[in-house]
Amino acid sequence: MATKVLMPKLSDTMEEGVILKWLRKEGEKVKQGEILVEIESDKADMELEAYDSGILRKIVVPEGGKAPIGGLIAVIGEAEEDVASLLTGGSTPSEGKGATKSTAAQTEVKSLPAAAVPQPTGGKTKASPLARRLAGDHQVDLSRVHGSGPRGRIIKRDLEVLLSGKSAQRVSSSALIVPGTAEDLDLSPIRKTIAKRMAESKATAPHFYVTIEIDMDPARTFREQINTVTELKLSFTDIIIKATAAALMKHPQVNGSFLGDKMRQHHYAHIGVAVAMEEGLVTPVLRNCEQKRFDQINAELSDLADRARSRKLKPEEYTGATFTISNLGMFGIDTFAAIVNPPEGAILATGTIVEKPVVKAGQIVIGHTMKATLSSDHRIIDGAVAARFLQDFKMILENPASLVL
Amino acid sequence: MAIVSLREAINQAIDEEMARDERVFLMGEEVASYQGAYKVSQGLLQKWGPMRILDTPIAEAGFAGLGVGAAMVGLRPIVEFMTWNFSLVAYDQIVNNAAKMLSMSGGNFHVPIVFRGPGGAAHGLGATHSQALESIYAHIPGLKVVMPSTCKDAKGLLKTSIRDDNPIVFIESEVMYGDKGEIPDGEYTIPLGVGEVKKTGSDVTIVSWSKILAYVVWKAVDALQEELNISIEVIDPRTIKPMDYDLIVESVKKTNRLVIVEEGWPFAGVGAQISHEVSSRAFDYLDAPVERVTQEDVPLPYAHELEVRSLPSVDKIRAAVKKVLYRD
Repeated sequence: MATKVLMPKLSDTMEEGVILKWLRKEGEKVKQGEILVEIESDKADMELEAYDSGILRKIVVPEGGKAPIGGLIAVIGEAEEDVASLLTGGSTPSEGKGATKSTAAQTEVKSLPAAAVPQPTGGKTKASPLARRLAGDHQVDLSRVHGSGPRGRIIKRDLEVLLSGKSAQRVSSSALIVPGTAEDLDLSPIRKTIAKRMAESKATAPHFYVTIEIDMDPARTFREQINTVTELKLSFTDIIIKATAAALMKHPQVNGSFLGDKMRQHHYAHIGVAVAMEEGLVTPVLRNCEQKRFDQINAELSDLADRARSRKLKPEEYTGATFTISNLGMFGIDTFAAIVNPPEGAILATGTIVEKPVVKAGQIVIGHTMKATLSSDHRIIDGAVAARFLQDFKMILENPASLVL
Repeated sequence: MAIVSLREAINQAIDEEMARDERVFLMGEEVASYQGAYKVSQGLLQKWGPMRILDTPIAEAGFAGLGVGAAMVGLRPIVEFMTWNFSLVAYDQIVNNAAKMLSMSGGNFHVPIVFRGPGGAAHGLGATHSQALESIYAHIPGLKVVMPSTCKDAKGLLKTSIRDDNPIVFIESEVMYGDKGEIPDGEYTIPLGVGEVKKTGSDVTIVSWSKILAYVVWKAVDALQEELNISIEVIDPRTIKPMDYDLIVESVKKTNRLVIVEEGWPFAGVGAQISHEVSSRAFDYLDAPVERVTQEDVPLPYAHELEVRSLPSVDKIRAAVKKVLYRD
């Protein structure tokens, strides 16, 4: 006889569970006592045994899907048995992905200006009898009106303010603040990874930050020359990557990893470049930048960035970096401090190129500068090391011709 | 229009009604030879003679009972209590005989009697001589309770009371007897059970009567209208029972807020009854709970400072008005 597999209650506070993994596929044999499915409760991930033997006829809630306690997640039965009748029972599972909005019911209210707001307090709306009558006369939903009377009681003047569409002198401005709504969104896998790794990095790696200002006029001239005489559309990012790789070769400590009882120093520069996507960020890795020419870096970066944005990167294309560059210059950011991406030991954060008065040869002239901040894991990088790295990085960027050698 | 004192207005009412109806007579302590303890009956003995203006012994139960009997057999007595505090000695006659006779005689005996005299506190007379007893008498079915706050109302209401076929509790104020006010020339009466909007306003209704209205509420209204930039409507019900609820309810429908100011104690006070009626009949028009200002729930102290603090005051009215306006 076919039996239902229901979402078990795995903790006292559990209300629903997420299917992490089915250990049997539909149509496969299941034996009583075998682990059938892994379920994530609010407390932990747990394994659920099959209570019956038979064929796993139907998986109702797929991996990643949710079901409330007692909700139908699968059906076990004989091979030829009709299980259709069982599938209609149980609670309907929710979608595995997407947003579960926890917005309160918000019926539209006629002729109500924006000052109408939901009462943050639970329970019955308090209103004077007169306010209730006025609300009824004008079809105002009192649950959306802020009460200025004692204990939030809605009184005549609150309705008058609302209905006149302007604030009365006697009403405090706070009476018109909209508390707003919130929604809970499920974390995407990439968001989960970012959350886990960034928290881990900041919690375990003692960060420190060193910032330097770089004269970008030479780099601007260099880029202009390259873009004028070649087919290349060289970007500042390309130049920064090359300069970083060159500086890393001189400072292997910065290009290293903390391994608990050891530290690893790399003599190649696999540089990750942070690319912002809608769901989070990903850092495609340009390998062996220390050996690549500008045209290679330029082509590779644009290809990787494109595929990163369309989520088509292969795992090996976004892992294995020895160092990361994060640039927020395109947003007009002057300077910022990034979080080290473990197991790397440092990350370079570059800002926008600013046009400003600078002193050159004792004269104030209009120049272009950029600030770069190195975030370092102090377990393997000391302040002076970071400073010397930035010093070299600056020197290289200010003399970019060296990069074509 | 003539300007007269309250004692003159009351005197005129008694005099005119005695002239109009020979069944009307006045009795009480010192009303005749002494011309009245507060000189309300000045000249009446000389005009109407000892058969109609009668001095009584200091025996309130006795002469109140005498009055009830006289009313039952066709006369229309006016019984003066030197103060309403002393009516408590005659309480049984008023409550058990005057009030109930019509009902208990199956409609055979009307008791057309007016018990009158000053009520409430004066100054430093102590707990037993300072009582506002209107709620106690208004509690009794069969009695009408009348409390004027002006000379005009006093005369017009007393004339109507004397003509009424039911026992009337007519409460004046000792401290107001010398206060002067306009009264219309010639014959006029004011019906019982009909209040008056003494001042129109739009933001708060204050209901009050008698001395507290005359002496405290008006002061408060003047002060608060300016201070709070509000307009206060003042209603004097003039008759405590029957109460002119319609007038009050209509006013509250306009102002949405009500403060009742009375000299009596809070528990089962007249204001409590008005408050209930307004909650019941104008519930959907109230923007704030009804507020009451009453005497503190203690026997009124002799000591001036304590007496002042026990009685309704401008400050207490201010607090109540601000509360119903949500401006406290």
